This record gives sequence, structure tokens and C-alpha cells, in this order.
Amino acid sequence: MRAGLRGDAAAYRFLLSRLSANLRAYYKGRLARIGRTATEAEDLTQEALMAIHARRHTYDPSAPLLPWVHAIARYKLIDHLRQTRASMSDLPIENAEDLVAQDDHAAIESAYDVKGMLNQLPDKMRRTIQLTKLEGLSVAEVASRCNMSESDVKVSVHRGMKALMASVARKRAPQ
Amino acid sequence: MRTDELIELLSTNVEPVDHRQTARSIHIAIAAGVIVALGVVFFALGPRTDLTSVGALIPALFKIAATAVLLIPASIFLIRLARPGGEHGTPTALIALPFIVIMVLAVISLASAPGSHWKGAILSDKWLECAISIPLIAIVPFAVITWAVRQMAPTDLARAGAFVGLVAGCVSAIGYALHCTGDSVPFFAVWYGGTIALCTFAGWKLGPKLLRW
Repeated sequence: MRAGLRGDAAAYRFLLSRLSANLRAYYKGRLARIGRTATEAEDLTQEALMAIHARRHTYDPSAPLLPWVHAIARYKLIDHLRQTRASMSDLPIENAEDLVAQDDHAAIESAYDVKGMLNQLPDKMRRTIQLTKLEGLSVAEVASRCNMSESDVKVSVHRGMKALMASVARKRAPQ
Repeated sequence: MRTDELIELLSTNVEPVDHRQTARSIHIAIAAGVIVALGVVFFALGPRTDLTSVGALIPALFKIAATAVLLIPASIFLIRLARPGGEHGTPTALIALPFIVIMVLAVISLASAPGSHWKGAILSDKWLECAISIPLIAIVPFAVITWAVRQMAPTDLARAGAFVGLVAGCVSAIGYALHCTGDSVPFFAVWYGGTIALCTFAGWKLGPKLLRW
């Protein structure tokens, strides 16, 4: 996470995939107990990953990472249950260690259609996100390819990601 | 979307972020709230006219200092509550201590005065203005601080909301203390303490709605 906060993509990707396995096991365990589906657990896993990403500035590098991730995971679970109007009374008190007690690497498809949402973004945002995030070009390369300045590229990627996350959040809300 | 794709999406060309931003933007929001509260008092209400005399300056400074004693730990707790999991290991109940101290001081002050003076000491002639002004002035600081906390990720929304309300109430009371002429300790305890507690309660109720992310 510390490397990820500095912008080290490889370390950050490694961390996210490790956490996704933990999160998936956590959500599957909690949701199965109240008779929810694995798709819901996958949606929540993705939502928690997005929250971790979007709120990574709230992580204090001098503090342990696990309680921070656990707090986000639990918050997203409670928020999800509240929205789907289920009782929260059967969610037992738990420790932060519960999160890493099991792994689950069997990812399944969740309900989000990222390509479809991407298509709804303005042209400039969509293009810069596709090039930087999906095709993995550097900011400088994208800047020269699109005839934009580097800071312009960064700004549209940042805004585009924000818009993307907002559309995911909107999609969840009516459930 | 598959979760692997999402991870790719999030971790390709990941932008560095500054973790110190959390505390900084809340500090800035609180400072902005103080400026707004002072602005309202100086330009809309007007500071009390006798502020240059020692007899008025000392009670005004006492009210400001006593509120600041509440504001400083409340801000520290708020910054901790704004982080995920910050509610664990933050002794938020300790914030009641300054309230209790002021209440004890008020009771001592009342006990040393004859019973016939009690009504005047508590009600003064400004109690209604005080009870209305502090919550009203607190609205803008409350909105600014709420905005700052929304950029973070509180996971106990009711408690975080309560502390937003508490901080906004203190900020407002500090500004209002420059206008208010109710100088007795019991007046301060009842009307400042009461209105700040009211702001805290409002924040506690509004937190889950306003701070959700």
C-alpha cells in the first residue's frame, strides 16, 4: 500500500489482487450466512476495491493496513445490507483478522458492465482512460498521441475515473 | 466486469496520492468555519460595544478559551473519525469532560450566590438571542466541515456526524462570544453548552445521510 500510494503500479496491483481474494472470502462468508448469492459478494468485492482505490488517501502509512481495509469492507457490507433492507442483527462482532483468515481466488463475473459505462463518458475522458488504464500506455505517450498536454491527460483520467465510480454507485442505489 | 479487469483498471498508471491531505483539508475547513463565524459576528451582529473595557474583555476571553478547550480535542477526534476504522481506539466519550467541568463551575457559582440571583444569572436578558444565534451561525461551518469530511471515509457515520456538529457548534460559539453580553458562568454553561450539545445532536442525526459514501 505504501508503494501503491507513491504510485508503484506493480506493487499496487499485487496488493489489490491479494485483497480481492480476502474480500471475496469475507463477503461470501457473511452473505452466505443470510442466504445471499455469490454475485452479490462479487459486486461488493468490486465495490470495496473501488472504495479502497478512491479513498486510498485516507490510509495513514504509519498505521497497520489491515484494520483500515477491514473497516472499509465492513462499512460497505453494512451499507449494502441497509440498502437491500436486510436485518443487520445477524452480523456478529468480528476482529480485523477475520478478513485474512481465508482466501478465495475464484473470481466470477459481477453485474457491472464497465465497457458500457465507459461509453457513456465524454469522448476525451473515455479515450484517455482506455489508453492509460486499459491499454497501459504512459501518460506521456497518451499526451502525444491525443495532442493533449500531460496534465490535461491526468485531469481527464482523474475526472473520468470519478465519473465511472459515480455511475457504479448510481447503478447500485436503486436495488 | 470481472474483478481481475477491475484490478487492472485501478492499478494501471496509478496516480500517487498524499495521505496528509486528510488532516489538512479538515483543518482548513475548520479555519474557514471560524472565519465565517467571525465574519457574521463582526458584520451582521456587531461585536459587543464594551469590548475595550477589562470587565467585558475577561468574560469574553473566558468564553472563547473554554470553548476552544472543547474545540481542540473535538477536532482531533474528528480527524481520527474521518478515517476508516478511526472509531476504534478513539475515546470519544472523553469529550464530555469539558462539559462536565463547566457544569460543575456553574453549580459552584450558583451555590455561592443567593437564590434570588439565580434566575438573572441563568437567563440574563440575552438567552433567546444566544439560543438562536449559535445554531444559526453554525450552519455554514457545519456545511463546510461536512464537505471536508465527505472527501475522507468515515465508517461510523453517526459519530463522525456528531463531531462535525460539535466542532461547528464550538466554532460558532467562539464567534458569538464576541457579541454576547451574558457573562455569568451559569449562563455560559446552560446556553453555550446547550446549543453546542444541540448542534452535536443534529450532526449525529444528519451524519448517516450527509456523510454516506
